[in-house]
Amino acid sequence: MEFKTILFYLFSAITVVAALRVITARNPVHAALFLVLAFFNMAGLWMLLQAEFLALALIMVYVGAVMVLFLFVVMMLDINIERVRQGFWNNLPLGALVGLLMVGEMAVVVSGRYFSLANLPPQSMPANYSNTKELARLLYTEYAYPFEIASVILLVAIVAAVMLTLRGRKDNKAMHSSDQIAVKAKDRMRLVKMSPEVELPAVAAKEGE
Amino acid sequence: MVPLSHYLILAAILFAISIVGIFLNRKNLIVLLMAIELMLMAVNLNFVAFSHYLNDLSGQLFVFFILVVAAAESGIGLAILVVLFRNLSSIDVEDLDTLKG
Repeated sequence: MEFKTILFYLFSAITVVAALRVITARNPVHAALFLVLAFFNMAGLWMLLQAEFLALALIMVYVGAVMVLFLFVVMMLDINIERVRQGFWNNLPLGALVGLLMVGEMAVVVSGRYFSLANLPPQSMPANYSNTKELARLLYTEYAYPFEIASVILLVAIVAAVMLTLRGRKDNKAMHSSDQIAVKAKDRMRLVKMSPEVELPAVAAKEGE
Repeated sequence: MVPLSHYLILAAILFAISIVGIFLNRKNLIVLLMAIELMLMAVNLNFVAFSHYLNDLSGQLFVFFILVVAAAESGIGLAILVVLFRNLSSIDVEDLDTLKG
């Protein structure tokens, strides 16, 4: 067996075990750490597929940023694990049925003779081939507009995340200029209509005597 | 050499595991988000494998865009989760029934 094949099976076995632990771990912190392991092995698999840039981006973006965010949130929230685990295995029969069915169908289709996937030869690139350079060439020419849209999506995500979790301070003295502009005179001053003089009932009663 | 179908079956296994995770973790929104990340990773593996075997770099670019969207999604999802926990003190999906009346 070739060394690359051994590596493939090693990486995939660790990924599958880590994924199983992610969904069954009792403590969400452990789940997040197993997800890190799964991402790391997935990066190894992508390396085997000669997608070097994406493998490193996966490690940097996911392991470095997204998973730290997950850990942050997990540790910030005070989760009652006992309550969360209540009835955990109730949905397992249905879930396992659906999952096994999906894998079985996929395996039948993908490994079948009629799909002829086995005939595709794996590509081998020359030694001076740069995956990053080719990706960049494609990204900045053919996919320039999607690239800009992606950056806008990230910007929207930043703004949304900040606005969602922002809590205004109680002693905040900031002014709302739109409220100030929209104010009308009648909001500020109330004119009360009242008659110039009121007859006192006691006086009227006295005069009637 | 590993045939393409092995990569595809691995991706299918990972996808199914995360589906099962969504079934199991109905009471824990954080693990639900993690299962979604796992799902996106399985899809990305498909893209990268096809891109390698068909010698077409567009697949890897799509993985790039999926990474962007997944990062945005998890960022906003976690922000919503924090707001939710502040208001309800719970991350149970079944507690999110305010709109049901």
